[in-house]
Amino acid sequence: MKKANRFYKYMAFFRLRFVMGLQYRTAALAGIATQFAWGFMEISMFLAFERADPAAFPMTFGQLASYEWLQQAFLAFFMAWLMEGELFDTITSGSVAYELCRPIGLYEMWFARSLAKRLSAGLLRCLPILVVAALLPDPWKLHAPMSPVTGAWFVVTLIMGLLVTVALCIIIYMLTFFTISPAGMRMIFAFAAEFFQGAVIPLPFFLAPMQRVMEYLPFAAMQNVPMRVYSGQLAGVELFRAAGLQLFWLAALTGIGKALCAKAMQKTTVQGG
Amino acid sequence: MIAKKNDRNISGLRLYIHYVSLHLRSVMQYKASFLITVVGQFLVTFNMFLGVYFLFDRFGSVEGFSYQEVLLCFSLMLTEYTLGESIARGFDSFDSMVRQGEFDRVLTRPRSDILQVLGSRIELTRVGRLIQAAVMFIYGVTRSGVTWNAWRVITVILMLLGGTALFCGIFLLFASICFYTLEGLEFMNILTDGAREYGKYPVNIYGRRMMQFCTFVIPYALVQYYPLLVLLGRTDRNWYGLLPLGGLLFLLPCGALWKLGVRHYQSAGS
Amino acid sequence: MIVMRDICKTYQVARRNAGLGEAVRSFFRREYDTVTALYQVSFTIHDGETVGYIGPNGAGKSTTIKILSGILTPDSGECLVDGRTPWKNRIDHVAQIGVVFGQRSQLWWDVPVADSFELLRDIYSIPTALYKSNLDELTELLSLGELLRTPTRQLSLGQRMRCELAASLLHSPRILFLDEPTIGLDAVSKIAVREFIVKLNQTYGTTVILTTHDMQDIEAITKRIILIGKGRILLDGGLEDIRCGGEDIDRTVAALYRSYEI
Repeated sequence: MKKANRFYKYMAFFRLRFVMGLQYRTAALAGIATQFAWGFMEISMFLAFERADPAAFPMTFGQLASYEWLQQAFLAFFMAWLMEGELFDTITSGSVAYELCRPIGLYEMWFARSLAKRLSAGLLRCLPILVVAALLPDPWKLHAPMSPVTGAWFVVTLIMGLLVTVALCIIIYMLTFFTISPAGMRMIFAFAAEFFQGAVIPLPFFLAPMQRVMEYLPFAAMQNVPMRVYSGQLAGVELFRAAGLQLFWLAALTGIGKALCAKAMQKTTVQGG
Repeated sequence: MIAKKNDRNISGLRLYIHYVSLHLRSVMQYKASFLITVVGQFLVTFNMFLGVYFLFDRFGSVEGFSYQEVLLCFSLMLTEYTLGESIARGFDSFDSMVRQGEFDRVLTRPRSDILQVLGSRIELTRVGRLIQAAVMFIYGVTRSGVTWNAWRVITVILMLLGGTALFCGIFLLFASICFYTLEGLEFMNILTDGAREYGKYPVNIYGRRMMQFCTFVIPYALVQYYPLLVLLGRTDRNWYGLLPLGGLLFLLPCGALWKLGVRHYQSAGS
Repeated sequence: MIVMRDICKTYQVARRNAGLGEAVRSFFRREYDTVTALYQVSFTIHDGETVGYIGPNGAGKSTTIKILSGILTPDSGECLVDGRTPWKNRIDHVAQIGVVFGQRSQLWWDVPVADSFELLRDIYSIPTALYKSNLDELTELLSLGELLRTPTRQLSLGQRMRCELAASLLHSPRILFLDEPTIGLDAVSKIAVREFIVKLNQTYGTTVILTTHDMQDIEAITKRIILIGKGRILLDGGLEDIRCGGEDIDRTVAALYRSYEI
């Protein structure tokens, strides 16, 4: 009974986000158009590099095209810049004290809120992009996953990646309690997250030793894993290792986030005294 | 307080300089946050650079352009974009000026609306990017083996001028659209952020159709690809060095659209 | 002299209803309503008059002010301010008017007020001698003194409004438009603002057009009232004509709104 009640509270965030998202119809359409333009430019760019030295290309071109379209379709899931300015404001202005009066834990509430934002923005935009990209001719085409099992693993690792992203972002929110320059920290985080999760260029394009190190960072558990699972680059043992790492990072980051949250609460109540 | 007819008007340039000095004084109130934003701006473009670096590390060249040559192209485009963005920030954020009713105030003042909008926002935090662009430019120039002559120097200057004007024109275009709708403006990012992001490589690598678009619709190629060939000595057609002037011409239709938009302006709120 | 003749203005507004279902529906089909902001508005205001322009929220007050100050172009009708059409001769027109929006600031947030004033000096190309004498006079009348050296962000609302008034008058405008100038001010600041406007009108014959919801503003400042409702002029007359005896002004206006069903 109590649990169901809490579930409805979180659902309220999602409903609100969806209604807000739908109202901005033109914004959604414009966003989709932008994502398409980005996808085309990225794939054209990689085509040019492939022409320069086909042997150096670390995956099939079909795999690259799929990676790029998935990145565009699920941009809102993983984009490091997508943080809520409102939350930063409540912390720096001290009005976070009001949030503490609400009947749910701060960590859970912010987690639900961030998740709702990314999920609604992503789901609203991904379908049209995926459908159209799948209908494109080669070399632009988004290929279907190799088997239903791969597809299922993609969905699982996608959700895990999204959760890791949210958990990481919350840590950044929480660190705001302890720093004088939230803006600076946010920018360094965004820079690192974009680069290390393979949003600038996919991880296989880096030098092998560098790639090996990058695979173990929490950032790699974001978009890198699901998008390479999809096209069969991560399969068998490698898939299990990557998914295991995702699980590990999700647990670790949530733990760190909760600890920071508890510490931050202590700090606020002491200051508030 | 008796009104007198002024026969001497403060010149537009002097007024603009006055705006710049006010922005400087405002920024100096928040030195730390200014510096952090400068660093942040730098990091965004540094990511772009890393992307280029690691791709060349693997592939060696693209469409016959070497790493150094691409850096030259990248640095010029980045400088042009950054200058355009810093100058025309008022147009770039014109949607918020309309939403907050700031443009109402602009219209109640006896000055050119364009000058006032330009003056209202001048982005000084972009110096981080300019420094990065300068470093890449110097590296690109010294390593790509460009043999300099007077014509090539002029070409570079025209590229910077024309490119900056082109980006100002695109921001002006964006602002003109704000008079009709404040929704779906994200679409315009394709032309602005897209050019910054993908203009680092010579346009021809993206294929024939993209070349046509960038020559005849939004003339990026006129300020980037064609004059670059002159710099690198890859063409006998030295007149390609004059093509960046097309960027300046691009301002004309954008200015006309702006004028049309102002007449259509519907002030927000009550 | 200000002449408005048969001015009409309409807006298109997207219709939106609450609820998830409605949101989905309007995603695919959006409906627009045409709202008439002004319908055949006509009036004449002579030099040196003080006019209170009143009406409920959304009646068309701001739209009128925005047309008169050259911000908006009406759909039809004629408007002449000292012989100029505001939206056609914008630059000549606005050099002669001052506008105060009570809810928006024209001062630069992070620099001292005096710096904002100096920018205005350059914008309006005010000759140095005139600028100095105007500034001295406004400083005294509005007791600005120390405020000039303070950044805007550190001013209280009342202090800021005094500075806003001064900013709008540095170039000696012949007409002053005030859009809710006393909104949110405390009693002391309200009285200071009112007294200043009355003095300005008496001393320099500046035409004052004021919109407000505060009927004490009207009582203190204006001699004439124009009542607008649903975009139409409903009443135009002297304050005394409307009041008909010593009744409380708020009640009188409330009764007026009721009798016109606005």
